[in-house]
Amino acid sequence: MDIHRHLDDELSSLRDRVLLLGGEAEQALERAMHALTDRDSDVARQVLDHDDQIDRLEVEIDRQCIDIIALRQPAARDLRFVISVAKMAPVLERIADHACNIARAAIDLNNEPELKSVLDLNRMAEHALKMLRASLDAFTSSDAIKAREIIKSDSEINDLYNHTFHRLIELMVSEPSTATRDARLLFVAKHLERIGDYVTDICELTVYMSEAAFIKHTK
Amino acid sequence: MPVQTAAPKIEVRASTPAVTNGKAKVAVRDLNFFYGRVQALHDISLDIPERIVMAFIGPSGCGKSTFLRTLNRMNDVIPGTRADGQVLIDDHDIYAAGTDVVALRRRVGMVFQKSNPFPKSIFDNVAYGLRINRMAESSSDLQGRVEQALKDAALWNEVKDRLKTSALSLSGGQQQRLCIARALAVRPEVLLMDEPASALDPIATSKIEELIFDLKKQYTIVIVTHNMQQAARVSDTTAFFLLGKLIEVNATEQMFTAPKEKLTEDYITGRFG
Repeated sequence: MDIHRHLDDELSSLRDRVLLLGGEAEQALERAMHALTDRDSDVARQVLDHDDQIDRLEVEIDRQCIDIIALRQPAARDLRFVISVAKMAPVLERIADHACNIARAAIDLNNEPELKSVLDLNRMAEHALKMLRASLDAFTSSDAIKAREIIKSDSEINDLYNHTFHRLIELMVSEPSTATRDARLLFVAKHLERIGDYVTDICELTVYMSEAAFIKHTK
Repeated sequence: MPVQTAAPKIEVRASTPAVTNGKAKVAVRDLNFFYGRVQALHDISLDIPERIVMAFIGPSGCGKSTFLRTLNRMNDVIPGTRADGQVLIDDHDIYAAGTDVVALRRRVGMVFQKSNPFPKSIFDNVAYGLRINRMAESSSDLQGRVEQALKDAALWNEVKDRLKTSALSLSGGQQQRLCIARALAVRPEVLLMDEPASALDPIATSKIEELIFDLKKQYTIVIVTHNMQQAARVSDTTAFFLLGKLIEVNATEQMFTAPKEKLTEDYITGRFG
């Protein structure tokens, strides 16, 4: 039985690490948005500086998944858990990458006069963060029902993106002098919309882990 | 005196239909098996389709080897044993009165955990069953059948130049493939393998597994293994036994990624007990 306890310990450690990565991604997004809305470039630079650590954590998780598969040969729910984590880690790392892109946009925008349309992005960011936190909770509790609900809520972030997109285009037309800055905000909106898609991926992996059901591309 | 049952508390049935609508090569119906007063198998019903590899897994003492041996009545040689129920091969009950058990074992060959070549030459080992069953029409026919069996067992190239040397001079893995060749020589329809690679090194094991993969084109194969990775590698369907009961039968990929029964899941994830 000791060997099996050892596997349980390794799976538990893997779970802790991927949740840590999730927390890091969440914090990166939160701080990048803070840097944008509060015009704090120092915070934006901290987000960028911290990204290497997030990358390293992703690699560690990758390595740990490979070790468990090679040495422990997990099956059934253990196998589904390890596979889900292996696929989830790069998704979380990419969310952090999007946060870095938002931080870079914040540094550029903070050097120029403030735009009111930044405020529209806050709603999107709040929704993306809420989805991300909920997806990590659903993963932790292996809650497929909750994961499915979160997937449905991605349409809200898509709606917000479409609204923001049209508003920014209108601003570009009506005030050409702010077009460059508006374009930067458009990219920020797109990053947030993509984060919603990545959260959907996380939830699909949670459903697979919990129910062995493949729901990707079934919409 | 009442019959002792080994597993009175397990109330699980095979969740995937163990009995299919398709034509089964081997169809087991309500099989119970007893060693004296001890019941070792409980109400087993299971279909084994033609030309697939089915693996039996389960902890020691779960009845998987006993069940395997009921499929060609090898348990008959153990005094005091008794089987109730039916084992149908091509719709004929092998436990029906008047069954020719020798002919049955020709149709349902068996390979054991420990290779057991006769202390004879390589050629004579493979020719043994052909001779006692008078299956060869001539000397050249006998040679042809021996050669074919050795080729089918992926051993021909390694022994073709020394067919007259003792089988005991072969390595463990070669001896096991020789035993498979000996079983194949009499052209069985079903091949039962009881942990055929458990005493072999990884290279010899790999050769046996490749052989099983090739043989399923011609034979229906049932393999008992303690090595779950081996079951995953070689079989199309896996059956899990526990305390003499059939708990779950499933496609192997399903069994190892998403088994239906919690008992199966606990066993294959190592959390059994």
